Amino acid sequence: MTGPEATGAELTGPEQGGRPSIDVVGVRTGMFGAGDTGDTSGYGGLVRAVVMPGPSDRPYGGWFDEAADVLAEVLEEAGSSWDAAIENVVVDRGELTLHVRREHLVEVCQALRDDQDLRFELSLGVSGVHYPDEAGRELHAAYHLVSVTHGRRLRLEVAVPAADPHLPSTVAVYPANDWHERETWDFFGIVFDGHPALARIEMPDDWPGHPQRKDYPLGGIPVEYKGATVPPPDERRSYH
Amino acid sequence: MATTPGAASRPRATQSIVDDADVRTFDATGGDWSDIAEEAARLGEERIVVNMGPQHPSTHGVLRLMLEIDGETVTEARVGIGYLHTGIEKNMEYRNWTQGVTYCTRMDYLAPLFQETAYCLAIEKLLGITDQIPERATVIRVMMMELNRIASHLIAIGTGGNELGATTIMTISFQAREQVLKIFEMVTGLRMNHAYVRPGGVSQDIPPGTLEAVREADGTIRKALRQLEDLMLANPIFKGRLVGVGHLNLSACMALGMTGPVLRSAGLPYDVRKANPYCGYETYEFDVPTSTDSDAYARVVLRLEECYQSLRIVAQCVERLHAMGPSPVMVADKKIAWPAQLAIGSDGMGNSLDYIREIMATSMESLIHHFKLVTEGFRVPPGQVFQTVEHPRGELGVHLVSDGGTMPYRAHFRDPSFNNLQATSVLCEGGQVADVVVAVASLDPVLGGVDR
Repeated sequence: MTGPEATGAELTGPEQGGRPSIDVVGVRTGMFGAGDTGDTSGYGGLVRAVVMPGPSDRPYGGWFDEAADVLAEVLEEAGSSWDAAIENVVVDRGELTLHVRREHLVEVCQALRDDQDLRFELSLGVSGVHYPDEAGRELHAAYHLVSVTHGRRLRLEVAVPAADPHLPSTVAVYPANDWHERETWDFFGIVFDGHPALARIEMPDDWPGHPQRKDYPLGGIPVEYKGATVPPPDERRSYH
Repeated sequence: MATTPGAASRPRATQSIVDDADVRTFDATGGDWSDIAEEAARLGEERIVVNMGPQHPSTHGVLRLMLEIDGETVTEARVGIGYLHTGIEKNMEYRNWTQGVTYCTRMDYLAPLFQETAYCLAIEKLLGITDQIPERATVIRVMMMELNRIASHLIAIGTGGNELGATTIMTISFQAREQVLKIFEMVTGLRMNHAYVRPGGVSQDIPPGTLEAVREADGTIRKALRQLEDLMLANPIFKGRLVGVGHLNLSACMALGMTGPVLRSAGLPYDVRKANPYCGYETYEFDVPTSTDSDAYARVVLRLEECYQSLRIVAQCVERLHAMGPSPVMVADKKIAWPAQLAIGSDGMGNSLDYIREIMATSMESLIHHFKLVTEGFRVPPGQVFQTVEHPRGELGVHLVSDGGTMPYRAHFRDPSFNNLQATSVLCEGGQVADVVVAVASLDPVLGGVDR
């Protein structure tokens, strides 16, 4: 009773100026998480793409345009460029997200922190997100920055492939990110190159694997009843 | 210190000493302290690495401190955390959006309503229903959060005092906190782990008599705060232990991402309630106290002052709730609003009989909505948000990612205690061993929030 095999290849987001579309992060089928039993919901054949809010075009609105202009100028002066450093800009729900290429992360942070018109002097840390279906961009790191001076906040997002999960460390620019990067390494396995002591922080030192990844195996619960077990939560039938 | 010959071979807190054959290790369990002291004296080695915690009464839970001490001076201090990691963020990915509240309330267990509110504000932002939250629900949230701030600060001050040996400070603080917990129990049914704030509003309206109880508690708390001030602020022993201890200036605070009372003790009046208002904080009258002393004493004074400011906000909330009269406390959208209506029956609290009559006898649509919301939950459009609130310990951030499903795709909490503990080395190194306790207490870390 399960629906036709969905590959998701036919479901793609809008192309933006020749850049690869990054907004489709997965495909979901049916109504229930588990595929081994019959889907009695009647929605077994349902195929939906999971599409994140796509890149925005100018004008972004509010102070976003001005900040983008200043950042472009500062990057230009530093011998880099906006196009080289920033993949795209997403304005969604009143929040500004800059998708940064990993090679340029530290210089973007430096520019955001030090330029007097930007002055994002407070870092609220790093958090990771794992999108296993986004080929070549499986692991994302999000940096939340606050400008106390100007009363602004924005987010930097960097994507790296799971096969090469390396990011430059931002601890030299924002010392506050020290533990946050350790936490992201611990839970997602993103390696922050140049971090002073990239050790696990929450899990025990000898823990194998990175538990917040979506493909990290979850434990089921053995039940002492004729060999039955309660399956792990990601294999149970549940709405998703 | 680095120029001392043989310094490299000496034990360092940050280095594994187990593999180093030259270093003597003293086992502090099952032995006699006098033997250890004797052997240490025989070796003539003043520099030792002391492991403090994770089960130590003055580490606010299961915090592990690794201290390298030279005589009475701390030369290196490192922090080990993770002893209370329970994978709350991962668990939230397998429960629906509403169930997530019961998880995040257990993170920082001394300030549960802040996690709940921040999480619900983030969901509401993702849903785009921030403007539709009923005014009454928002005012109740603010009142509960500010009461919670008082309770949390009282714990910070009380346990801080207790760690110095001043039990009276703790008993007065805990008695005052009890007043807040009584109100919490009255409103939410529980003293902690409330799960009271829900996406779209709060789980139920405040019961009759709450506003009177809050007014009454106001007086009791004020009296306790005065007592604490009289006990602490001019006390020569208390000042001797706290003044100038745990110094962290403004540039260090900014570099380390410190927020809350620690940042404000360095002079920057940064408060999310003013800088980036949520829940209508811009409509309340209150001040953000600051100091420029940057030490543990200043942080105690600021926490006391913040309690008074919170009482000011609570009084304004009571006034508003009184003037407002009965009105909804949950968003009107039936596709989101949690359907259960609770009431106290002869056998305790449960679904109200009127509501059961409605879904079982009169309205098929209500029954369908109830069934769908309770089993499946609501769907949240894909995207991500970062929502911050002013937590008693600093800026609490919630990074929520939705993939359009009924459960959070990723929920990350930027806990202020987690971030602030990074300052431990800077606060403690160069000071006395006894000052470590004071410095850590001035950060007020809560390990449930640190480890999540």
